Amino acid sequence: MTGAADHRNPIVSIVALEKHFGAFRVLHHVSLDVFPGEVVCLIGASGSGKTTLLRCINQLAQQDSGAIWVDGELNGFTIANGRLHRRSEREIARQRLATGMVFQRFNLFPHLTALENIVEGPVEVLRRPRAAAAEEVQALLARVGLADKAGHYPAQLSGGQQQRVAIARALAMHPRVMLFDEPTSALDPELVGEVLAVMKELAASGMTMIVVTHELGFAREVADRVVFMDHGRILEQGPAEEVLLRPREARTQAFLSAVLG
Amino acid sequence: MTAPAPLPDISGYSIAPERHWGRWLAVAVILLLLAALGRAFAVGMIEWRYVGAFLTAPAILTGIANTLVMTVATMALGIALGVTTATMRMSPNPVLRGVAVGYVWLFRGTPVILQLLLWFNLALIFPRLGISGVWTVRTVDVMTPMVAAFLGLGINQGAYTSEVVRAGMLAVDTGQYEAAKAIGMTRLLALRRIVLPQAMRVIIPPLGNEFIGMVKLTSLASVIQYTEILHSAQNIYYANSRVIELLIVAAIWYLAVISVLTPLQMLLERHFARGTAGGR
Ligand SMILES: Nc1ncnc2c1ncn2[C@@H]1O[C@H](COP(=O)(O)OP(=O)(O)O)[C@@H](O)[C@H]1O
Ligand SMILES: [Mg+2]
Repeated sequence: MTGAADHRNPIVSIVALEKHFGAFRVLHHVSLDVFPGEVVCLIGASGSGKTTLLRCINQLAQQDSGAIWVDGELNGFTIANGRLHRRSEREIARQRLATGMVFQRFNLFPHLTALENIVEGPVEVLRRPRAAAAEEVQALLARVGLADKAGHYPAQLSGGQQQRVAIARALAMHPRVMLFDEPTSALDPELVGEVLAVMKELAASGMTMIVVTHELGFAREVADRVVFMDHGRILEQGPAEEVLLRPREARTQAFLSAVLG
Repeated sequence: MTAPAPLPDISGYSIAPERHWGRWLAVAVILLLLAALGRAFAVGMIEWRYVGAFLTAPAILTGIANTLVMTVATMALGIALGVTTATMRMSPNPVLRGVAVGYVWLFRGTPVILQLLLWFNLALIFPRLGISGVWTVRTVDVMTPMVAAFLGLGINQGAYTSEVVRAGMLAVDTGQYEAAKAIGMTRLLALRRIVLPQAMRVIIPPLGNEFIGMVKLTSLASVIQYTEILHSAQNIYYANSRVIELLIVAAIWYLAVISVLTPLQMLLERHFARGTAGGR
């Protein structure tokens, strides 16, 4: 546990979020503050809206109403003369740089090597010189334990290695917050540990993280806070020990006993 | 119940070669038919020495050079228009989408020979081109057979290529767009750097097909007096009446060009298979 969460200014502030897919309500009055250096684990049954919440935070999805503030900026809109004005695509792309996203299915670029996957953002988006960027990326690859895999294509890497490259790809953009959407769910059981180890190191380094996961051991060990989502709402939240070991809500208890088997 | 018989130990056996009697028979029949066909042409009313003589005649060489130039130029225009149109077609902007749909509808919906004739006869609609009062030119001076063929074939090709490109882009997993956006790319940058390179794997085979088609489609430009190879061959046989010989000369050149293009396509396919099981 990093513990030293800064409780003055949240780095992510979600206010009364609502989202529907057609008539189906995916998110209902979701409000959540995440503070710098904090690790928040989102848990909940499949279909409870965890992925949609992460996608709203980095604007891959748009909420119907409510607001998300990331690093002091309102997602997707500027405020002028008491009205909201939609931001341009370019502005939204810039806002996305504040968050790094790690997908359940890695989504590495298959036509690029591990190194090229990670270098792509710094060079094409941040316009850094390729040589300098490649040097930094080599250091990142070493940090995730893949220094010797720089020239490998994703198809030549195991799932665990691919996910570590994906984490490095997100880190290369120097995000303020890292978002993880079930980063180990698509992995063979023996590969889960190497990805969790990288995430633990990241948490220990002080990175702010929002992690959707079913790895309750990881949540207990690393999370400052565990948030339980149910049918699009936040039903219960608190310190990891409390929510995981002494849940107040019956639904949380039912979910935990189902996951623990 | 009796005890099961022990299974034979096959570790010392070799595999007997298979005999493909059917294949040998087929090859024999095909060779026979080819020999008969070859003989028919050899004794037929063809003066083969004319074929040999005109194969490298200056007018024929100019013709094949023009065919190649027109093929490369129209395909370049077609690919540029095709990629642009496919991108517009997938844009969130309904105006851009509408323009793309309209373009494909118009140019796929009319015969290309008709489009060639329209471009070539543009002067009948607009005698002068330009901005009136500032700068204008006579349309007949601009709309040479070469320009008309380039516009007619290239713009028509763009309509077809856009559908090929769109199919390729649709074949790329949506997770790739999302991963590209997640590292801060705009839609156009994601298309250029992430989606199109992957779509190329799907696009190249049909595009190679279209390229080869264009080598032959340029022959349509002979109707508007563009001196590609068929037009050159015709000009010569109008003078000397060696119709079949000159048509064979043209056929030999078409086959030669296409025989060179096919391995080029395979090289391209291998390049864009980077990172997949097939390529390196
Ligand atoms: N693009 C979409 N269109 C329609 N329904 C969707 C879409 N994305 C998600 N949903 C639905 O929204 C609900 C919540 O999905 P999701 O956020 O992925 O939940 P979780 O990640 O907790 O499993 C699910 O019932 C899912 O079927
Ligand atoms: Mg999910």
